[in-house]
Amino acid sequence: MKEVFKRTGALTDAPFHYCPGCTHGIIHRLVAENLEELNLLGKAIGVTPVGCAGFCQQYFNIDMQGAAHGRAPAVATGIKRALPDRFVFTYQGDGDLASIGIAEVMHAAARGENITTIFVNNAIYGMTGGQMAPTTLPGQKTSTSPFGREPSVAGYPLDMPKIIAQIQGAAYVASVSVDSPKNVLQAKKAIRQAFEYQLAGRGFTFVSVLSTCPTNWGMSPVKALEWLRENMMKNYTLGVLKDAAAQ
Amino acid sequence: MKKYLLKGNEAIAEAAVRAGCRLFFGYPITPSTEIIEYMAKHLPAVNGTFVQAESEVSAINMCFGAAGAGVRVMTASSSPGISLMQEGLSYIAANELPVVVVNIVRAGPGLGGLGPSQADYFQATKGGGHGDYRLIVLAPSTVQELVNLTQDAFDLADLYRNPVMIMADGILGQMMEPVVFQERETRQLPAKDWATTGAEGRPRNTITSYSLQNEIGEANCLRWEAKYRSIAAAEQRWEQYMTDDAAYLMVAYGTTARIAKAAVQMARKEGIKVGLLRPITLWPFPVDGFKSLQGQIKGYLSVELSAGQMIEDVRLATNCSAPVHLCNRQGGMVPAPEEVLERFKEVFPAAAAAV
Repeated sequence: MKEVFKRTGALTDAPFHYCPGCTHGIIHRLVAENLEELNLLGKAIGVTPVGCAGFCQQYFNIDMQGAAHGRAPAVATGIKRALPDRFVFTYQGDGDLASIGIAEVMHAAARGENITTIFVNNAIYGMTGGQMAPTTLPGQKTSTSPFGREPSVAGYPLDMPKIIAQIQGAAYVASVSVDSPKNVLQAKKAIRQAFEYQLAGRGFTFVSVLSTCPTNWGMSPVKALEWLRENMMKNYTLGVLKDAAAQ
Repeated sequence: MKKYLLKGNEAIAEAAVRAGCRLFFGYPITPSTEIIEYMAKHLPAVNGTFVQAESEVSAINMCFGAAGAGVRVMTASSSPGISLMQEGLSYIAANELPVVVVNIVRAGPGLGGLGPSQADYFQATKGGGHGDYRLIVLAPSTVQELVNLTQDAFDLADLYRNPVMIMADGILGQMMEPVVFQERETRQLPAKDWATTGAEGRPRNTITSYSLQNEIGEANCLRWEAKYRSIAAAEQRWEQYMTDDAAYLMVAYGTTARIAKAAVQMARKEGIKVGLLRPITLWPFPVDGFKSLQGQIKGYLSVELSAGQMIEDVRLATNCSAPVHLCNRQGGMVPAPEEVLERFKEVFPAAAAAV
């Protein structure tokens, strides 16, 4: 019998703690499959954020460091400068990266730091229970924007991949979604491209993945995917936003 | 042995390079900037790497990553920058990473001033960041000692897997004195088998301080506490000056120890039996040095460039067995030896009268 799918050896046996319908699990698998397919398990070092993915050192079957909130790109910089021939990536949520850690990611990109950042954007703070993030959409209700995000008070969302794509040191920037099988495959391809660029020493690579948070959005998993398509995919630029090698 | 005339800040940087420091992450701030400039200039020649970080917050977190990857790493800053590093230091302590941090202290609080100060004593020795943790804090008082203690700092950091801070001030950082770089007896240091270097050929390593289980949290705290106890037992360092027959003791570290030493010499010329105890480790505080003298000392004068911070540790170390007074200047001002002696006579009139 032909084996068409198997668990990747880049993930441990620890069961995910993520809520039902959360897409972190899919994104973990895509990162892990790429690590395995590129034969990186022995040379990869991952850096985790603070937030829902703050426990992901339990899941990736590689060396991992847990950074302070938002500081993962600085920590990854330290690792990569210490061990330039190793493969280094950060895995960060939108509160971690786009709010408290915006300086760290922007300057890692500006330095052309030869690392990869996987950015998971679900438009909300998940771990602390659904507060407004810098990526929360106008009108979106959260526990700290209970009447909906009002731009005159709380400003506008940041489109991180669009911002990072403008930085010269960024070699590859893609914005993907994992809401459908087709998009999952595209997301995997984007992560693969970013990883390969790092291996080729091209500079900073960044893959933004739109994600759901059914628990804090107050929706069923299916409804959450619909909301993502109807709202997030309209507000956030999708596609390969920068490819320095192709230009 | 070849002698070099070096500025304190340059001496620290050169000593670090000779101690095998190959990575430096920093952000410019007066009066410590010569350290990062020296590293930027000299690290490439030894295949090292210098990165100018976007902030002190990032610099200390770059140190976190590099130390976690098993490489000797250092950063340097001055008070306001060190404040920004407190978050990172708490994480570095929790993850037991060997990082050397230099604080060329300037006057505070706030943006403060560039003058010498010892007002970061509490921050350095009592925690600074959140949670129960300790830095090993070294307080040199000459440029030669800046060299020696910088070299020691890397060994202490590796031996105990603990952040080490070298505390000096603008006077020591900017002062030029002749120094030699001695061949040192290196300590037996443990292998860094915990480092995240890629898991090829071994079980994977993780560096994290996060636990939602309180039982694990407490076990971690107890393990750290035991380590801090062993450091406190083994690593206290101090210098005693003219203490054999001393009835009174001045206590001072770093810059003020130089001034207090001059004040002791002046007092001795007048026949006053006063000595100096100079803490070299601020944490662990050299309580053993105080214990050895406790029976003979009738009073202590803590000489500090702060509102009185180390004085609390002097009281604890002596169990308030004799009066402890303060002689201090603040905000970048420094007392003259005459001023210190005058204050000594003011608080201990019996000492001068006994002559």
